[in-house]
Amino acid sequence: MDMQTTPLLRVDNLSIPLPAGLDRTYAVENISYELNAGEILCVVGESGSGKSMTANAIMGLLPSYLKPSDGRIVFRGRDLLAMSEPELERERGRSVAMIFQEPLSALNPLMKVGEQVAEVMLVHGEGDAASRERRVLELLDFVGLPDPASLRHAYPFRLSGGQRQRVMIAMALALEPAMLIADEPTTALDVTTQAQILELIRRIQAAKGMGVMFITHDFGVVADIADRVVVMERGLVVEQGVAADVLNRPQHPYTRRLIAAVPHREDGTSRTDAGGETLLEVKQLSKTYRSGGGLFSKARVVKAVDEVSFSLRRGETLGVVGESGSGKSTLGRCLLKLTDVDGGEIRFRGQDIVPLSPGAFRPMRRHVQMIFQDPFSSLNPRQTIGRILTDGPVANDVPLDRAQARARELLGLVGLEPSAFDRYPHEFSGGQRQRIGIARALALDPELLVADESVSALDVSVQAQVLQLLQDLQRKLDLAIIFITHDLRVAAQICDRVAVMHRGVIVECGPPAQIFDAPRHAYTRQLIAAIPGLAWNPRQAVM
Amino acid sequence: MTFFRRYAQHYGALVGLAILSGVLLVALLAPLIYPVSPWQGVGEPLLGPFEDPAFPLGTDMLGRDIAAGLAYGARVSLLIGVVSTAVAVVIGVSIGALAGFYGGRIDDLLMRFTEFFQTIPAFAMAIVLVAIFNPTIASITLAIAVVSWPPVARLVRGEFMSLRSREFVQAAVVVGQSGPRIMLTQILPNTLSPIIVTASLMVATAILTESSLSFLGLGDRNMMSWGFMIGAARTMLREAWWMSVFPGVAILITVLAINLIGEGLNDAMNPHLRGRKG
Repeated sequence: MDMQTTPLLRVDNLSIPLPAGLDRTYAVENISYELNAGEILCVVGESGSGKSMTANAIMGLLPSYLKPSDGRIVFRGRDLLAMSEPELERERGRSVAMIFQEPLSALNPLMKVGEQVAEVMLVHGEGDAASRERRVLELLDFVGLPDPASLRHAYPFRLSGGQRQRVMIAMALALEPAMLIADEPTTALDVTTQAQILELIRRIQAAKGMGVMFITHDFGVVADIADRVVVMERGLVVEQGVAADVLNRPQHPYTRRLIAAVPHREDGTSRTDAGGETLLEVKQLSKTYRSGGGLFSKARVVKAVDEVSFSLRRGETLGVVGESGSGKSTLGRCLLKLTDVDGGEIRFRGQDIVPLSPGAFRPMRRHVQMIFQDPFSSLNPRQTIGRILTDGPVANDVPLDRAQARARELLGLVGLEPSAFDRYPHEFSGGQRQRIGIARALALDPELLVADESVSALDVSVQAQVLQLLQDLQRKLDLAIIFITHDLRVAAQICDRVAVMHRGVIVECGPPAQIFDAPRHAYTRQLIAAIPGLAWNPRQAVM
Repeated sequence: MTFFRRYAQHYGALVGLAILSGVLLVALLAPLIYPVSPWQGVGEPLLGPFEDPAFPLGTDMLGRDIAAGLAYGARVSLLIGVVSTAVAVVIGVSIGALAGFYGGRIDDLLMRFTEFFQTIPAFAMAIVLVAIFNPTIASITLAIAVVSWPPVARLVRGEFMSLRSREFVQAAVVVGQSGPRIMLTQILPNTLSPIIVTASLMVATAILTESSLSFLGLGDRNMMSWGFMIGAARTMLREAWWMSVFPGVAILITVLAINLIGEGLNDAMNPHLRGRKG
């Protein structure tokens, strides 16, 4: 059979209706695309675009209340939607394999990883025990795991996130499938790990000649690995084509909007020097976590923040960048005294706040506010927005009517309707909730804002709006902002200075131009090299 | 009204509500239906049920009307059930909230205190408490409350500990709200559902405990109670079955009704279970 002319997979006018009463009638509507053998097709879209839905339909993983109403999914000439469940079971794993976003929940925690890889072959009746064992070693080695012979006896919790994802990939490859579906496989991973996994997927795709369907929300990742791209919006395919065309000459307005929202270092527009007085000075701040350790065992000691020093002026944005476990969030929590500090000084407006008792610090809290990461858990579900915004000022002895007037004003400032005042958090989207979180922080007229991964949970277009909002507010209110993020691209876009954290230490600190163009520390170089889509400039694409 | 609709999807819960309303109505109207004290003999002793239309459930060995006893007993059972549960919930929530919110030394101290109560068999302790104080309705209520708060404290502590680390609580700390205020306005409203469900089931347990105490002769001498009626009937079990069966049935269906209501509340309030019958 000629693979060049017959696509491996053809999705043909597929429609999946949603149950009545939701905001739209179709999860996906009349979508068509093809996947050829030996190519990587990226399906891109924001949350709720229906990008995972077709993958689930291909694997027969749709929940029982969703049934495709129209269209076909033709895999090697046969319609998967018309197949019976036993037939599908034979295809799953053997011809089509899938890897998921969260490798920890996709692996059985009570089974050794080698057994889990072998199980794939066992359920398909492949080989005998000895040949399966050989194959497991071969696969673990192939996906780049160190020392397969001993690693296969490890339980998933012993492995790092990247290693778990490699095990998942080994499982997917066990039966040499013709097609691999990867549903956001790197979203839960750190950038350096993400770069390695992307490299691995590209390598195995080339080696095995598989067709890979790669679902992602990140255009940087698309730029790195895609041969062709499908862009989805609210259940519709709005644009598809060769990667270079879609990325550099997007046609559809939605694609253009998405690409324009991709965070990217603004070149040329070096920000005017924030010339305010020094607001915050941190000297040799240390925080150590001790866990476990009783009479008979040694305590595990982690230096989360290790002698960190920096200073911040009014109107300035300092980006704190690092991977998970680098101590960047702990640093933020220390600054707000949400956790106690083991040593060092935090001088806020000249006064050291470290020795202050919680009661003595409470009146000062209004000057230092925080924007939280998760827009869903950071608002009390049982309180109205008005209550959420006025609680802070009322606790600081502002009369209720003045606090309410200010709250309505703030809703306008962050771009929400005044009617939001009497509504509850669940009525708002993630981006709107994050705006409410920002309004809450501003309600106290703070001088310093600590934003801990405040845009990480948001879709790119919403993320761009929130970043823009933060920048506008900073200019208007002369705020100092500490922006904690794992995403160097975001930090480069909005920060005046960037501090790179690694294992509790600030390894390098400087303006984005220096960090990007002349990184001094080896870790910074590694981090920058791992940024997805580094070579691609989204700004030029939508000029 | 969506809450009531969710509740009403559970047929058992509706039946429970109907039964409990009936019991409540009888308890409220008891002095009107039976103006004479239930302790007073009003007819021939040991009349079987339906032998005399005036006493449909029969009379006991002193000629007291069983039906009147049941009606007045309902008052005692419901009163003790509700009041002792309310007291237990107040104690349990306070201790659990303090332990869960502040953690550390305070948590240790309060939880060891709770365990002290948990390790003593609840019913034995209730007997001792009632025996030390004179058995009055107040001392019985208090004794039941004292032995039934530990599970509430444990539950509330767990909820507070998990909500304590949620971002909206951290946000309340950051805007400068005081500890007690955060506990009352931020965390407590989010723990109400499990507390209400547990409390509804505790009412049933309290009614059973009161009946058991009365059965053993540790009831309030001035109040007619179902447990006392069964206790008094045990010597006549073979001669007059109705004397123990009717109060027994009354306890059974009241406790059953409350359990059904508790289960209905749980299904209606617990978002994870919503639509599981779907």
